[in-house]
Amino acid sequence: MDLHFGDSKPTDDERAAVDALLGPPESSWEGADRSDADLRWARGGREARDRRDLLLPGLHAINDRIGWISEGALDYLCRRLTVPPSEAYGVATFYAMFSVKPRPATVLHVCTDLACAAAGASELCAGIEARLGLGSGVSVERSPCLGLCERAPAALAIKAGDPVRTAVSAPATVHDAVLAASAPDSAPEEPAAAMAVPQAGDPSLVLLRRVGLVDPSSLDDYRAHGGYTALRRAFELGPAGVIREVTDSGLVGRGGAAFPTGRKWQATASQPDHPHYVVCNADESEPGTFKDRVLMEGDPYALVEAMTIAAYATGAHKGYLYLRGEYPRALGRLEHALAQARARGFLRDDILGQGYAFDIEIRRGAGAYICGEETALFNSIEGYRGEPRSKPPFPVEKGLFGKPTVENNVETLVNVLPILTMGAPAYAAIGTDRSTGPKLFCVSGSVERPGIYELPFGATLGELLELAGVRDGLRAVLLGGAAGGFVRPDELDIPLTFEGTREAGTTLGSGVVMAFDDTVPLPRLLLRIAEFFRDESCGQCVPCRVGTVRQEEALHRIVQRTGAAAADDIALLREVGRAMRDASICGLGQTAWNAVESAIDRLGAYE
Amino acid sequence: MTVVPLGIPRRLLEFTIDGEPVRTTEGSTILDACRAAGKDIPTLCEGDTLRPKNACRVCVVEVEGSRTLVPSCSRKAEAGMEVKTDTERARHSRKIVLELLASSVDLSTTPHVAGWIKEYEAKPDRFGPDAARLNEEPRIDNELYVRDYDKCILCYKCVDACGDQWQNSFAISVAGRGFDARIAVEHDAPLTDSACVYCGNCIEVCPTGALSFKSEFDMRAAGTWDESAQTETTTVCAYCGVGCNLTLHVQDNEIVKVTSPHDNPVTHGNLCIKGRFGYQHVQNRD
Amino acid sequence: MRKRQPKNYTRLTHPLVRDSRDEPFRQATWEEALTRAAEGLARNRGAFGMFSCARATNEMNYVAQKFARVVMGTNNVDSCNRTCHAPSVAGLSAAFGSGGGTSSYEEIEHTDVIVMWGSNARFAHPIFFQHVLKGIRGGARMYAVDPRRTSTAEWAESWMGLNVGTDIPMAHAIGREIIHAGLANEAFIERATSGFEEYKALVEPWTLSLAEKVTGVPAAAIRELAHAYARAERAQLCWTLGITEHHNGTDNVRALINLSLLTGHVGRYGSGLQPLRGQNNVQGGGDMGAIPNRLPGFQDILDPDTRLKFESAWDTVIQPHYGLNLTEMFEAMEEGTLKAVYCIGENPAQSEADSEQAVRRMRQLDFLVVQDIFLTRTAELADVILPATAGWAETDGTTTNSERRVQRVRRAVTPPGEAREDIDIICELAARLGHDWKYADAEAVWNELRSVSPDHYGMTYDRLEEHQGIQWPCPSTDELEPTYLHGRLWEKDPAARGMPAPFGLVQHDPPVDLTDEEYPIRLTTGRRLDSYNTGVQSGSFASPLRRGEYVELCPEDAERYGVVVGEEVQVTSRRGSVVAPVWVDTALRPGLAFMTMHFPDEVDTNQLTIEANCPIAGTAEFKASAIRIEKLPVATIVR
Repeated sequence: MDLHFGDSKPTDDERAAVDALLGPPESSWEGADRSDADLRWARGGREARDRRDLLLPGLHAINDRIGWISEGALDYLCRRLTVPPSEAYGVATFYAMFSVKPRPATVLHVCTDLACAAAGASELCAGIEARLGLGSGVSVERSPCLGLCERAPAALAIKAGDPVRTAVSAPATVHDAVLAASAPDSAPEEPAAAMAVPQAGDPSLVLLRRVGLVDPSSLDDYRAHGGYTALRRAFELGPAGVIREVTDSGLVGRGGAAFPTGRKWQATASQPDHPHYVVCNADESEPGTFKDRVLMEGDPYALVEAMTIAAYATGAHKGYLYLRGEYPRALGRLEHALAQARARGFLRDDILGQGYAFDIEIRRGAGAYICGEETALFNSIEGYRGEPRSKPPFPVEKGLFGKPTVENNVETLVNVLPILTMGAPAYAAIGTDRSTGPKLFCVSGSVERPGIYELPFGATLGELLELAGVRDGLRAVLLGGAAGGFVRPDELDIPLTFEGTREAGTTLGSGVVMAFDDTVPLPRLLLRIAEFFRDESCGQCVPCRVGTVRQEEALHRIVQRTGAAAADDIALLREVGRAMRDASICGLGQTAWNAVESAIDRLGAYE
Repeated sequence: MTVVPLGIPRRLLEFTIDGEPVRTTEGSTILDACRAAGKDIPTLCEGDTLRPKNACRVCVVEVEGSRTLVPSCSRKAEAGMEVKTDTERARHSRKIVLELLASSVDLSTTPHVAGWIKEYEAKPDRFGPDAARLNEEPRIDNELYVRDYDKCILCYKCVDACGDQWQNSFAISVAGRGFDARIAVEHDAPLTDSACVYCGNCIEVCPTGALSFKSEFDMRAAGTWDESAQTETTTVCAYCGVGCNLTLHVQDNEIVKVTSPHDNPVTHGNLCIKGRFGYQHVQNRD
Repeated sequence: MRKRQPKNYTRLTHPLVRDSRDEPFRQATWEEALTRAAEGLARNRGAFGMFSCARATNEMNYVAQKFARVVMGTNNVDSCNRTCHAPSVAGLSAAFGSGGGTSSYEEIEHTDVIVMWGSNARFAHPIFFQHVLKGIRGGARMYAVDPRRTSTAEWAESWMGLNVGTDIPMAHAIGREIIHAGLANEAFIERATSGFEEYKALVEPWTLSLAEKVTGVPAAAIRELAHAYARAERAQLCWTLGITEHHNGTDNVRALINLSLLTGHVGRYGSGLQPLRGQNNVQGGGDMGAIPNRLPGFQDILDPDTRLKFESAWDTVIQPHYGLNLTEMFEAMEEGTLKAVYCIGENPAQSEADSEQAVRRMRQLDFLVVQDIFLTRTAELADVILPATAGWAETDGTTTNSERRVQRVRRAVTPPGEAREDIDIICELAARLGHDWKYADAEAVWNELRSVSPDHYGMTYDRLEEHQGIQWPCPSTDELEPTYLHGRLWEKDPAARGMPAPFGLVQHDPPVDLTDEEYPIRLTTGRRLDSYNTGVQSGSFASPLRRGEYVELCPEDAERYGVVVGEEVQVTSRRGSVVAPVWVDTALRPGLAFMTMHFPDEVDTNQLTIEANCPIAGTAEFKASAIRIEKLPVATIVR
């Protein structure tokens, strides 16, 4: 391609960061020194253009090393990958974790989202900024939910360099957060993942069975705790047999959409177009959700095994694990697990001697809630802006790289292991008729023991809150996160099943259960939710791009108003909300009004 | 040897629009079928030379069984589909989309939009005087064309025309996110530092006048732009031997704008810098 | 960087005359100017040449050649297609009996392999290149053969940077490799070609390793192209002036055509040969007979039946021999056998190779009448200047593009002052010379042409409008022919197949202007995206891309000469010398420099180029001069 480059040159560090990912350039046309051979013969074309999907990893490489992405660095990366600089710029500016303007090497992300806000995030933030002062070498950025709600308020420090260093401070104090930012290497170790599982060690657990019991770094320990029996069973059953088991188990997607997993697998497996891909959606970004993080940190091999089974069943040989950029510990654990699995023949060629080949590549997100939308995630992996595609065609037909793709959430995939080990009938016996199996709930907010809870489908909201030790003065419970809905304290008998929440006019979503007591000002909470959607809208379609702005503006106007004084704006909100729900391209816009609507209608937020 | 491909005959499929049975060829969009049936559906981001982007959502219709409304510009017609184009639900979304756009973007040079605002009884003012707008200043960084992003509805058509669908220059992209997303060259530099080759194929597809010939921009500023006084004559470019068809827009015997027919087999509506802007020599009259 | 704008030309609005060449021009009435022109031509009957215009309409070209043949009784009519694509016409007609490109733009979107040889279409033919890009996006693989790694080449799977003027070795080596790899299309060769055995013997010495030595391109790269082209189910071979602007341009064209004959990549949908024309009506000018060897409809003058047809249609006698081509006319000026020229819309004073020589020769003319829209350098040499209309915006008619598509040109603006349409002016002159031609409008001219040219017969103005142009041949008013030519070669019936296409037995002949110690740099020329030819048209709009003329060097040479971007240097060839600022381009390699002819008033590049002409087509070797670069004693930096 005849790309245009400016005069900016990369620094040695920037060049080294890119070369560390891509290897040294092969010709002067890619950025090496000019040679006689280059001036007689140049290769390019399809092969050169086909490396677009390395753009996001390349941007990470630069950002990790330098802390921001300069013109020279971007140009060099584009030259290496045959990507137009304007498009790369469009991609770089799409993600919140990247900066195309100079900034300090250390960025401290302080969560100001729902659970953390209720736990005093704004005071924390102000305190940190005051303590650090100007010229501290740390950039403090207010962040959407970091997925550390059980330890709110939370902060994540990222210090660019070789290698990049990270430190989590949660629950954060001003002192701890500043320490994490200024010396991430000497920050105290994060508590073990099992600390987020109050039920840890309970033998009745299915999905969380190993969390806290196994050494998450040891493949052998994983196998000693029953690891890889499910994959062996899968090979016995054959791909069709696996799909039958998964279908019979009644498993539906745990990411929020509740689509039957077996049907999705069957649809992908039967596509004549090849190759097929398996994608694990680990871009857990719904405010209040942190179950996938705990699974990946506490039992990483389980996800590797589950993805292998999904790939085997659907005829895929390549899997992508799209991991939230804000999950450094999960990244480390999974990278280690993949390396171990490859070394021991559980990945790559001839897995378990069965002649089946499969490998997994981790792709890091970079701060974009929208990339949890399945097709936006594909675009993100492919090196484009993480904008959702219009459906149909559906991913099972045209997904990643335009090929048949099965995409599942982490929790969904991990459910496949017990399905195969205990058999579909036994699995389906858990839960209710229409919501089978165990379910993870992310409980946070006004409770004594926040964390991940595993309950069979069918337990009531009240039972769950009791288990978590709900505090007095409960005002509202948010189910399903920012895209979910509020319920009242007198609705705690809602059964936590897909059909039960639907009948109650609310949603289970991704399993968020966030409790708020009456000290939390509801209008402020709604404003934070509206801010979140306005920030996270990709901007592609009008209803969402402008609608989320108008929603936030209206909520701003009525933050101190009630009754008749708020009525006009509430009417306006309803009209805009209805159009967002009806006419937005993807789930983000379609649900951006859900929580606000439920707060108005169910909680009487402005009465 | 291969023979001349005649094209595989396309199957016909039947469905209903507003209760009336219609037949269309497989692969047609709902919008194609609606237009053939004489239904008037507003569109903004749809372009006859571009793949549907369905970003503006003003063309949504109701399809039986679909949870949400459906963009008619991109959704392929399917046998047995029941399409309703004029329901209260569809009209409501169109109205809101028009209000959201008109309250944030300068639509003063967007064809048809004033009529739709009236037809759908849209009231963009109701978001109040403080409603956020784009607030962009026109960017005049070259003598050929102006980018007035205060008029940009972010339809992506210029990006697609500059990118892999036609020009493959990739001078522009969407940068940023959400309401702050803007069309920009890399590093938001002036056009003159970019990959732009001034083919003007972005102007050709811009539905709002955000991109315009500098001649048009200047004449509008001076109050002399008058489309009713213009003639449009299609001729052939006088530069290389490719034979691109040019439509010369002439006002007071001066060429003020050049376009190309979108259905032309040579150009498909595209030109290069010489064809689009290289006309001045004929009117160097003194 | 200083934006240097080329000379800005103003439209001619009145006829201009002068009594002697020392005097300035004075404004005249049409009556006076036409009378003077008629007198000047009349007294030089028998020593007359017509320069017709490859940028004017078909109708104008038809009338202009008719003027030469009927009014002046000569076949000395030619146009600037001589300076660019005459070798394509000569080569294609020698092989196939017809000088047009064999394919359509649309076909390149549906082909499998595209070879762009000596063509920077991305800059020179941007909208054609969009069709190429559609093909590439659809999965076609493109190969580029060009000394420079141009924007076009950057899109290629493989770019081969051959030495300037080694196209024949490259083509022959590809041919040999195809034969030796067993990839030749034997059935096609057997049925539709002649001379294969001789061709096979001709290319046998051109092993890949010899070709690597001569062309500088690695053997593996040549082999890859050979295999890709031969194995493709469909393939398109496109070329531009990198092939034709050589002293052996026609041979170059033949060498490329050979590859299509060897593989059967011609005469089918998606497979063909596509020479890209440099001017809007180069194709049409030739089709209309504004060339010395063909009558309208590309019909051979030497054919008695054809002559008879035209003689009865025009009520005249047509000279039964070829006329002089442009190059030969210039030589005849030198010899004094050509004394009067009627030059319409051409600027040979700046567009000819070795432009100083061209100017000197035109000064020797007894009479020069120039008909143009600007006071060009050529017009400055004239005795009478007639102000014309701009063919594309002020005139009705048709032009014919590179895919043989005849399209309507329409009048959109009123011409300035007293400027008149070319056809009117020619008819006025014809009337003064005893021929009273009546054409109500351009369509009347077109209908006369249709009546004598079978290939155009089916193209009524109404049909041209309806179909947005029609490709020739179009013999019927009811049907359209296939979009490609020479499908006959695939017919089973030998009678329907017609004359087999002969392989061209052409030899490598390196550029005339050799590089040596004194002139160590090879200078090649070409176009930039926003400019055109001598800049008369393109100079008037404010292109943000334009930076004026530079001599472009590779970074290594710039360093060797100790010069930087913008620094003026002396550029000298065996014919002339110019001062030009330096530009550094990584697409070049040591020993290779590049210039354009877009800014002749600033830097007259054609003072450097060599007038070494193709003996068959008369095109000069613009693409290969030998130069040296000298740093000026006092560095001047142009910013």
